[in-house]
Amino acid sequence: MSGVLVILEYRGAWNRMSWEALAAGRQIAAQMGQPLAAAVAGANLEGAAADLAAKPLARAYTVCHDLLGEYTVDAYVAAFEQLIHSLDPLLVLFPHTYQVRDFAPRLAARFGQTLIADAIAIRLDSGQPVFVRQLLQGKLNADYTHNGAGPCFASLQAGAFRAEAEVVSHGGAGGAACPDVAGPPRRSGQASTACPTMEFVPRLEASQIRSQPGERFRESAQTVDLSAASLIVSVGRGIKEESNIPIVRALADAMGAELAASRPICDNGWLPMERQVGSSGQTVSPKVYIAVGISGAIQHLVGMKGSKAVVAINKDENAPIFEVADYGIVGDLFEVVPALTAAVRKAKGA
Amino acid sequence: MKIIVAVKQVPVRDSAIRVDAAGKWIEEEELSFEINEPDAYALEEALLLKDQHGGEVVVLCAGPERAGQTIREALAKGADRAIHIQCDDLASLDTLALARRLASAVEAEKADLILTGLQSDDLGLGQTGVVMAEMLGIPHATIVMQVEILDGWVRVKRELEDGWFQWVRMPMPALVTIQSGISPLRYATLMGIKKAKTKQVRRIAPDQLPSAAPPAVRLERVYLPQRRKETQMIAGTPAEAAAKLADVLKFEVRVL
Repeated sequence: MSGVLVILEYRGAWNRMSWEALAAGRQIAAQMGQPLAAAVAGANLEGAAADLAAKPLARAYTVCHDLLGEYTVDAYVAAFEQLIHSLDPLLVLFPHTYQVRDFAPRLAARFGQTLIADAIAIRLDSGQPVFVRQLLQGKLNADYTHNGAGPCFASLQAGAFRAEAEVVSHGGAGGAACPDVAGPPRRSGQASTACPTMEFVPRLEASQIRSQPGERFRESAQTVDLSAASLIVSVGRGIKEESNIPIVRALADAMGAELAASRPICDNGWLPMERQVGSSGQTVSPKVYIAVGISGAIQHLVGMKGSKAVVAINKDENAPIFEVADYGIVGDLFEVVPALTAAVRKAKGA
Repeated sequence: MKIIVAVKQVPVRDSAIRVDAAGKWIEEEELSFEINEPDAYALEEALLLKDQHGGEVVVLCAGPERAGQTIREALAKGADRAIHIQCDDLASLDTLALARRLASAVEAEKADLILTGLQSDDLGLGQTGVVMAEMLGIPHATIVMQVEILDGWVRVKRELEDGWFQWVRMPMPALVTIQSGISPLRYATLMGIKKAKTKQVRRIAPDQLPSAAPPAVRLERVYLPQRRKETQMIAGTPAEAAAKLADVLKFEVRVL
């Protein structure tokens, strides 16, 4: 067993979280003194191969097969199982994407392993990697270790590692070698940084694949673009009832802010789905994000932690939302928010 | 149609959490417990499917004595019977060992469909169902918003990132992990609560469980996270705090 293998995600374009996982892999591979390799699966990977060839990697693998064109659990598990058997890596890292959540636990189980899912940090302790995960919706952190027998599988939380580092430190004078989601700059024929890219063709049969995926679709055109909003007032479970929504709407109106919500509010139909911020909703980065009665589950935080300033109003002083808040008020939102609305009106009028 | 719903009992949301003396897990003594929220939606989906197609809903739960309360509540809501894997070592198991227990407890049931929540609110690994499907050798789909049954197939609407979705068809038996909030939860009726007392709970004692291999992955230590940001806490009465915050928004952040 040797080396660190990072499994990237590509569907005509790269999933940006791939580069965060690669940054994590590069960091831990350097600390462990192990070579770093990357792999990606699909049916048509010429573009991906060209992008990877420009990366400083010990090796890159394109796992190519017609049956990998449209994602299915069975094909992905079988293909990566064969690749990992042939490479025998110490450590296999993934970005914690929806697709990885679907197949990686099953892949790890094939090796008698348990995926260390959604890790936020990795460090080396006596030569062994220690993975940090969040428990109880971010209230606690936990250190996880692997017993060292067989490959160790781990996935990395969105935003936990900086993809930019992957771009800047290896881009060279010609600018970023790291392709982004849109319009990757291709750099080929640069022998000095070229990474040997190998095609790996797994043995797959159509009969192995039990699920039949349909087209990907969006429910309806999004008419609210929260990503462009400069001020957002966002409401969570703490609001308790639909009839209380006007309390936060009044604050949003007073500030001239967009109204947004965490998932449970939209699930309940109290606000439309298109106003949901988080991993399954929109990703926002306003100047100010006011989180009202939002505890700060990680699924919500990934959607808003890019905000310039975060204000949290919550009755629980230990709520994880305060971890990412610049300003916090611990108190009853039913008292604080109306007072804030009045104060904002006064401040604007002055 | 026979549907198994795997549920977990977790600390009540917004519980005050304290790390135990050994730093290995949390103090459970003073905590209240409830059904893991995504599992409540998996149970609801199972009961809806039973309403439509008939058949039987069997609740599966691994946990100590107190998990019996969560099982009784599921029976009161309309599940037909339950399997309680009695064990108090959940915190020391890795997913593989737990999934093995769950799979071995239901293998002989030959269920058509197994539902569970997409992740637990305590450990949040989001993979017990997936690994259970692997142990049972059946197909699975994760993060599902809608379930339809047709001629031996299950058709599910999977949630993808950024508001995208995808329908996926699988032959049954299959395992599906359910997203929170996909339909309103029902309450137990008085009649349901009465009936629950007469429903069968098969208890699997610790010595009947498959022997657990040494875990591949171990939880070494739990601790309070360090603040990554310097949070300026604004104190005072609601009116005072609100006035101070409005000043901050106007003069420091300059958005008013």
